[in-house]
Amino acid sequence: MSDTVNVLIVGVGGQGVLRTSQVLADVLVGAGHDVKQSEVHGMSQRGGSVVSQVRFGPQVHSPLAPEGAAHYVIALDEAEGRRAAPQLHTESGTLIDVPPKLLEQLADPRGRNMAALGRLSRHLGIPSQAWHEAIRHRMPARSIEANIAAFGAGALFDD
Amino acid sequence: MTDSAKLFLYGNEAVALAAAHAGVKMGTGYPGTPSTEILETLAGFGDPAIVARWAPNEKVALEVGLGAAFAGARTLVTMKHVGVNVAADPLFTAAYTGVRGGLVLVTADDPAMHSSQNEQDNRHYAEAAGLPMLEPASSQEAYDFTRLAFELSERYETIVLLRPTTRTCHSKGIVTPRAPDAIERRYVFERDIPRLVMVPGNARKRHKALEAKLEELAACSNASELNVCVGEAKGASIGVVASGVAYQYVREVAPDLPVLKVGMCWPLPLQRIAEFTKAVGEVLVVEELSDFMLDHIRAAGIPARGKHPSFRLGELSPDRVERILAGKPAAEPKPREDLPPPRPPVLCPGCGHRSVFAILKKLKLTVTGDIGCYTLGALPPLANLDTCICMGASIGNALGIERVVEPEQARRVVAVIGDSTFFHSGLTGVLDAVYNGSSGTLLILDNRTTAMTGGQAHPGTGKRLDGADAPAIDPADVCRGLGVRDVKVVDPYDRAALEQMLNESLANDAFSVIVCRHPCLLLTRGEKRDLYRVEPQVCKDCGACLRVGCPALCQAEGHVEILTAYCAGCGLCADVCKFGAIVKVDA
Repeated sequence: MSDTVNVLIVGVGGQGVLRTSQVLADVLVGAGHDVKQSEVHGMSQRGGSVVSQVRFGPQVHSPLAPEGAAHYVIALDEAEGRRAAPQLHTESGTLIDVPPKLLEQLADPRGRNMAALGRLSRHLGIPSQAWHEAIRHRMPARSIEANIAAFGAGALFDD
Repeated sequence: MTDSAKLFLYGNEAVALAAAHAGVKMGTGYPGTPSTEILETLAGFGDPAIVARWAPNEKVALEVGLGAAFAGARTLVTMKHVGVNVAADPLFTAAYTGVRGGLVLVTADDPAMHSSQNEQDNRHYAEAAGLPMLEPASSQEAYDFTRLAFELSERYETIVLLRPTTRTCHSKGIVTPRAPDAIERRYVFERDIPRLVMVPGNARKRHKALEAKLEELAACSNASELNVCVGEAKGASIGVVASGVAYQYVREVAPDLPVLKVGMCWPLPLQRIAEFTKAVGEVLVVEELSDFMLDHIRAAGIPARGKHPSFRLGELSPDRVERILAGKPAAEPKPREDLPPPRPPVLCPGCGHRSVFAILKKLKLTVTGDIGCYTLGALPPLANLDTCICMGASIGNALGIERVVEPEQARRVVAVIGDSTFFHSGLTGVLDAVYNGSSGTLLILDNRTTAMTGGQAHPGTGKRLDGADAPAIDPADVCRGLGVRDVKVVDPYDRAALEQMLNESLANDAFSVIVCRHPCLLLTRGEKRDLYRVEPQVCKDCGACLRVGCPALCQAEGHVEILTAYCAGCGLCADVCKFGAIVKVDA
């Protein structure tokens, strides 16, 4: 339905696509949206593509977004981003990647996924506190501060 | 786990939570995508009142479940769709006996075969066995329907089948749980010979009782809130009958159409469907896979349209449902050459299976395969697997080929089976081999886990589902116990030894078992490992190493390169290099 927002998160096994989806979904549920998140797992540890969909709005029916209806594609891997590009809505779709200049700002390149969420956060208008809380809740204890910093770098990044 | 707040759960987690809230005493099953996480979640609650265990296979799981339910306990049994084939023997007769404690059997179907060998539609089992079936369409329904399934199971003294599909199992949604049932979980088995001993004299009476029960269940389905009408039926030009996740797609693409949402698909609420049809004038049935509902609706004399037959293949989606509503056939997939090539699943770098397949390929053997990661041995560049049917089929397939082909080919056939698959369904195949005097060879690819589904414990691992220690049963000992004289164990990283053993086994007249034992790389992640690198000036760029299909190897300018971050140090590439261009890096 037109009032449902579709976010695709794409990458390869090991990049944290599912954890990224989890943080995003937590924030959206906390903000009062109906949320559905969907992925196919089973083969992702064997180097395959991982695609997760997070859909939110007043009432979300389908766990899958219609084709070509993604408002945001978060690409954690460049090739996967290109593969998912046709899923972007032709008028209102935004590709969110982590450009080299942003990656340089991160203390650890593994913060790439949270940096990407930081970039997405600028479009969603949800206070950064809520994001930090979700990161604290979902990320391993030893990497919370690094992940919050990566999120912040993404949120402040200008092309 | 008793939170009344909003939770955000996978369908599988919701089933497990509902079972716990329903006062389940025992959960059992066998891992299989997309069902695996249900039992893992149930065990993860750590509730001392719940006994959660992996069974060696689905038939055993259901038999154990029945025992518990005969004793009065609420019981959850989980499996993937093809697992029900294995459990079908007890299932059909248990429809006669019925149960005392509620027994919910989850059959998690996999339309589109995301991780399965077929996409059978298990709704047919409900009809064939005479059991009620519920189809949840969201995480909330996975929770609600599981709670209800336990109630129905006890009210009608029958197994209730719960059929989520991959998209329900592996999607998350908001779940509001309700208060747990207060059940004092103390049980006593009481003798009831006419009911539980299915000799013909008793079974005939129970079959009659089953038919009567099915009539009551049909009345229940017609009255049940599991089947609901959404939207305004009166005055609409067309209405939709849909179940499971297909309902969600209909709501997504056609929010204004009236829909009769079928939550209980067996027995079908035919009376309700007839009334709905009368109100809307014309009905279109939107369902995944077979035309199960459509055929029964038409057989009842209710006029209805269905999807184009091309939609019987694969899963539905919002776009596909849009075409169904428009009366169109499925769209042909458009090849997109402008996009990056797909990433097919591959054996992990360092996987012991790769060493085995490199040798099988080198020896040009016919290989009957089985269900597990090693099925990937069929994909290029290894491409040395000849059959894959079902759990355990490798052994029987090899025996059958051996019995009918000429001796020179018969001597070149080997069967490969994983450790978990061997415990699941391999033992009887080995018995046939020994009993009937096969001279074949079986390789048990023992990676010490159920790898394909994410690493679950099994009888060989020395662990139970809850992490407790268990006796570790050695497949080599099992084979010896089954009468195999020639049993050897080897680490497949020792490729010279494996090749020699294999040649001996193929040459001798005995049935031989070689246990190729190397732990799954996912179990030993983070442990210290050897590293290899390519000497660019020695490398002739012949590509022999690339043909073992290791993702850690890649083509560089004029030579091959090893991606250190991926290399697991198995040394297979160094073994196949004739020029000594791949060398171990000194620590």
